[in-house]
Amino acid sequence: MITLEHVTKTFRMEGHAINAVDDVSFTVEEGELAVLIGPSGSGKTTTMRMINRLEEPTSGKISVNGQDVMSMNVVNLRRHIGYVIQQGGLFPHFTVAENVATVPRLLGWSKKKRRERAEELLALVGLDPAIFANRYPRQLSGGQQQRVGVARALAADAPIILMDEPFGAVDPITRTQLQRWLRQVQQDVKKTIVFVTHDINEAFLLGDRIILMRDGHIEQNGTPADLLRSPETEFVKEFIGDEFALQALEHTYIAELAKPVPSRVPDDTLVIPAGMSIPEASREITQADTTGHSGFLVTDEEGKPEGYVTYEDLASAIGEGISSGAESSDEVIPELLESEDA
Amino acid sequence: MQYILDNPGRVFELTIEHLQLVFSAILIAALIGIPLGILISRVKWLALPVLNISGVLYTVPSLAFFAILIPYTGIGKTTAITALAVYSLLAIVRNTAAGMNEVPASVVDAARGMGMGQFQRLRLVELPLAIPYIFAGIRLATVAGIGIGAIAAVIGGGGLGRLIFDGIRTIDSNRIVAGALMCIILALLAEYGFSKLALLLRPDMRVKAERG
Repeated sequence: MITLEHVTKTFRMEGHAINAVDDVSFTVEEGELAVLIGPSGSGKTTTMRMINRLEEPTSGKISVNGQDVMSMNVVNLRRHIGYVIQQGGLFPHFTVAENVATVPRLLGWSKKKRRERAEELLALVGLDPAIFANRYPRQLSGGQQQRVGVARALAADAPIILMDEPFGAVDPITRTQLQRWLRQVQQDVKKTIVFVTHDINEAFLLGDRIILMRDGHIEQNGTPADLLRSPETEFVKEFIGDEFALQALEHTYIAELAKPVPSRVPDDTLVIPAGMSIPEASREITQADTTGHSGFLVTDEEGKPEGYVTYEDLASAIGEGISSGAESSDEVIPELLESEDA
Repeated sequence: MQYILDNPGRVFELTIEHLQLVFSAILIAALIGIPLGILISRVKWLALPVLNISGVLYTVPSLAFFAILIPYTGIGKTTAITALAVYSLLAIVRNTAAGMNEVPASVVDAARGMGMGQFQRLRLVELPLAIPYIFAGIRLATVAGIGIGAIAAVIGGGGLGRLIFDGIRTIDSNRIVAGALMCIILALLAEYGFSKLALLLRPDMRVKAERG
């Protein structure tokens, strides 16, 4: 569990004091994937970097499993928190296996144990150890490098992982694959993850919790469905309703998400016509009061209830974003993996 | 050529002497220059003065430099090695600093974030990544040192310069050519050897990237 209490980080620039992070408090529960999202300069990366003390807070308190990070040995703290950055930050002169086993090496594991662990993790992230273990990072594609970066963060079995825009530098198709893949891996390993991104689709797809930041403070902290159905500020509305973020879904209609109408639906349930696209419906929903509701009714042309969509389902559909055309992630991934190796 | 074939023992002896001269100087220069290069890559304000001073030293003509040193280090090998070490310093310091500065920020960030201490980062990440630069500096210094080392014979430094200066004194072009030829061969071998050594220490440089 990670807790931030009234954390502020002040940078001095040309004599001016700027609060990059301004009185931020939140908790990430064990096994939860929390996404820190916001435009550039919102303080999301600085916030994350304070957790493993790559930056030190000016004031406030950060604790990891109840222990104040400032009271811990910094090197030791970092060795027990996995860290993934853009393009993996792999060591170019280490083989893939050596990269993965970096923290075990720092922790003094035997060579044999390190090797075994590296192979185990490479298998976990979908890279055949027989092929990849002895390669160097430059021999891998961007997507493969990212996988190695994630494997490296998992190597010492750290319960907490920090990810700083880990998929920011790869092409959109690879990114979608990696996102789906991470979601599956997370289902297996159940780590406590803090994930920084500026991509709203990525946040909706991966986040159990989304912490939306702007100018150093939190605009809203909630589940993807919370943000979608009850945005707390105008900024949240804009950020989520952003045409750009949702444009990929313009040709996906609400009808496609509809499930049978449950037996009991409250009278004041929101009604959305089946022909509305997902972005249109999202705009409708952010304007309406949906407190206490789990979803909305979908109606046909004559206004008769045709189906029901939960806010959770809508949120994950938005998360799927550009990949909405794909049938099933289980079918897509192995196929794409092969082409990546070719 | 003929002189080498007629006096293989003598040529071999002088070649070894020459190598000893150059390598002692390079070793000293590396022992001082590499730490100094690391230092100026960390303490930025030191970079300019250090590089300027070694730059100025590099421009002093070698014969003059030998002469300046004689009152302090006398006639012989010590003076020759001291002068050669000073000449080698610039290339080694500058290249070490360049190599350290070229380590990608993301890699340093990853190393810190994974819990490497200052010294571990240097030993496991930064120095290995700077190796191609450091070795380029050493290679440059060695090749230059082999040439400048020939002048050391004037102040009793020995080495292949003896052949050349003897040749000049006795107007024997065979000896001059022999000395010069051996210097060229040594320089080429040093060039080749250090390139190979760098690749040995950085096996990843041998593999080609399979894609962009």
